[in-house]
Amino acid sequence: MNIHEYQAKEILRSFGIPVPRGRLALTADQVERTAKELGGRCVVKAQIYAGGRGKAGGVRLVANPEEALQAGKDLFGRKLVTHQTGPDGLICRRILVEEPVDIAREFYLSITLDRQSSRYCLIASAEGGMEIEALAATSPEKIHILTIDPFVGLRTYQARKLALALGMKGSLCEDCVKLMMNLYRCCLEKDCSLVEINPLVVTRTDWLMAMDAKINFDDNALFRHPEYPELLDYSQLDPLEITAGEFELSYIKLRGNIGCMVNGAGLAMATLDMLNEYGGAPANFLDVGGGASRERVAEAFKIILDDPDVKGVFVNIFGGIMRCDVIAEGIVDAASQVGCTLPIVVRMDGTLVDKGREILLASGLNVDYTNFLADGVEKIVGKVGRQ
Amino acid sequence: MSVLVNRESKIVVQGITGRTGLFHTRQCRDYGTNIVAGVTPGKGGTLVEGIPVFDTVEQAVAETGADVSMIFVPPPGAADAILESAAAGVGLAVCITEGVPVRDMVLVKRSLAGSSTRLIGPNCPGIITPGECKIGIMPGDIHEKGKIGVVSRSGTLTYEAVKQLTVTGLGQSTCIGIGGDPIIGVDFLDSLRLFNEDPETEGVFLIGEIGGGAEEEAAVWIRDNMKKPVAAFIAGRTAPPGKRMGHAGAIISGGKGKAEDKIRTLQECGVTVAASPARMAEAMVGAMGK
Repeated sequence: MNIHEYQAKEILRSFGIPVPRGRLALTADQVERTAKELGGRCVVKAQIYAGGRGKAGGVRLVANPEEALQAGKDLFGRKLVTHQTGPDGLICRRILVEEPVDIAREFYLSITLDRQSSRYCLIASAEGGMEIEALAATSPEKIHILTIDPFVGLRTYQARKLALALGMKGSLCEDCVKLMMNLYRCCLEKDCSLVEINPLVVTRTDWLMAMDAKINFDDNALFRHPEYPELLDYSQLDPLEITAGEFELSYIKLRGNIGCMVNGAGLAMATLDMLNEYGGAPANFLDVGGGASRERVAEAFKIILDDPDVKGVFVNIFGGIMRCDVIAEGIVDAASQVGCTLPIVVRMDGTLVDKGREILLASGLNVDYTNFLADGVEKIVGKVGRQ
Repeated sequence: MSVLVNRESKIVVQGITGRTGLFHTRQCRDYGTNIVAGVTPGKGGTLVEGIPVFDTVEQAVAETGADVSMIFVPPPGAADAILESAAAGVGLAVCITEGVPVRDMVLVKRSLAGSSTRLIGPNCPGIITPGECKIGIMPGDIHEKGKIGVVSRSGTLTYEAVKQLTVTGLGQSTCIGIGGDPIIGVDFLDSLRLFNEDPETEGVFLIGEIGGGAEEEAAVWIRDNMKKPVAAFIAGRTAPPGKRMGHAGAIISGGKGKAEDKIRTLQECGVTVAASPARMAEAMVGAMGK
């Protein structure tokens, strides 16, 4: 789960990590007022669920409150397209106004899971501010990685070695050690899958400060973090994805016109691959899950039909725990409730497939049924057309 | 022969009295799996479906000689359940539970290092040796005893492959669903090693998906060590970057973990890669004939 930069900074601050003075603004007037409080000169930062905002014009350094007001007016409601948002971009509805910081040096610092070792690792580089992936590709020797033994945790001597490798000295080095220790504590206590400070800066007065911050939570840890949902900004999510979430369905909007309902993430991805291979264009990824009820299947189907881009629906189910008759009943319920006239191709196999087929064929819906995956894909692409 | 489980395996079900646990306990037993005990704290001394229930795994092992555990404990208690299995000396713990936090699994994985307990999962369909023993949630009837070892990060996509292998007559020796989470127990490498040494396994089918580097690692190991033909399928060729597609494992970020890279590496290492999920068994047949 994603949160905004200003929220990540509030969390870091609560763990004793210094961040610039600043305030969230929801209107251009608030941007202006905060600029005044901060003494005029300030940084106006659009808050969206994606990186790369600077290049997209989402971060502005302004000289006075009037410019701040202008920047606020310009950014609120504006669609920002960055390399992380996809072509549709994300709309800016929240702005962080911060004091400017005199930067002497920039670093990169993060903690995330290293799958190879199944441990958290601390990643640091003396070249912050730029794309860390690009740096990793071109000069991996400039990136320091420390894997943390969960039984002993991060130790100060390890953090110190890393800080020294970044070129920090004296009290600055000790400040950095403290910061790293706090960052690890934050990662564990908040169940972060990523906590990233980029850049971590040293100011001209030799202070460490988190200039930008990004935190992702581990969705699986929601049960012990009642605060997670409160941090979510629904304006940054696709409305259909929100509805799907309420029904515990895994749904992702894509750009094509063939709605898809599949059980299992792997099979769902493979189905999208196949549709593309045959020249079709999937409108969504939807994993209806393992043991969905008739009602949940119906909701899933309605979510697919709610997408105005959808011109036909492909259902691909391999029944295990998921019974084919339940799928068929759910489809019939949803399609008759919303009066669906779009072509539907259903491919089913596995548990109670014969019963499922009977229900579909008796329903009077515009349904084509098949046992075979390739046949089903060919049929739906034939009906909806290639793209 | 087969790997990890067979008709001698004695299973204890952790979380046997929950709705899912009970349903799949019945399914597994109907398949012929030897379920000897259940564990639900607070319900020790009772019987479920004629199966004795204990308060702890330790008691269950002492009384019944259980050597494999099947775990349906919900996420908040799943890590404890795995560690309890290991502490009781169970040789194989199969954790079906979906949604175990990463932080918990970091500790579990560290704790199991050097232990004699192997973990399969979490968030996996389980393991089956057709005709002998089914430990998990996969539909038993699509399987058929045969010569292909199947190892997979996915659930339903595995059923697709299994059905195809059954239809072509190759069948399966053992199918291991290793799970799609970022931290898992038995991985591709462990499974490949086991299949490599199993006299009944004549070829291996591997199902991977985008995210991480496990498929690439497996490919290199296959090139250097594998004595048997391997075919594979990788899901997620057309997944948009940065989107999390259901499994925690199925996310591509920063150009790492792309399907095309995995496919190319596998091919370079001599693995036959199925072009489409409809042609998985065909790829296996092709690899066997090489």
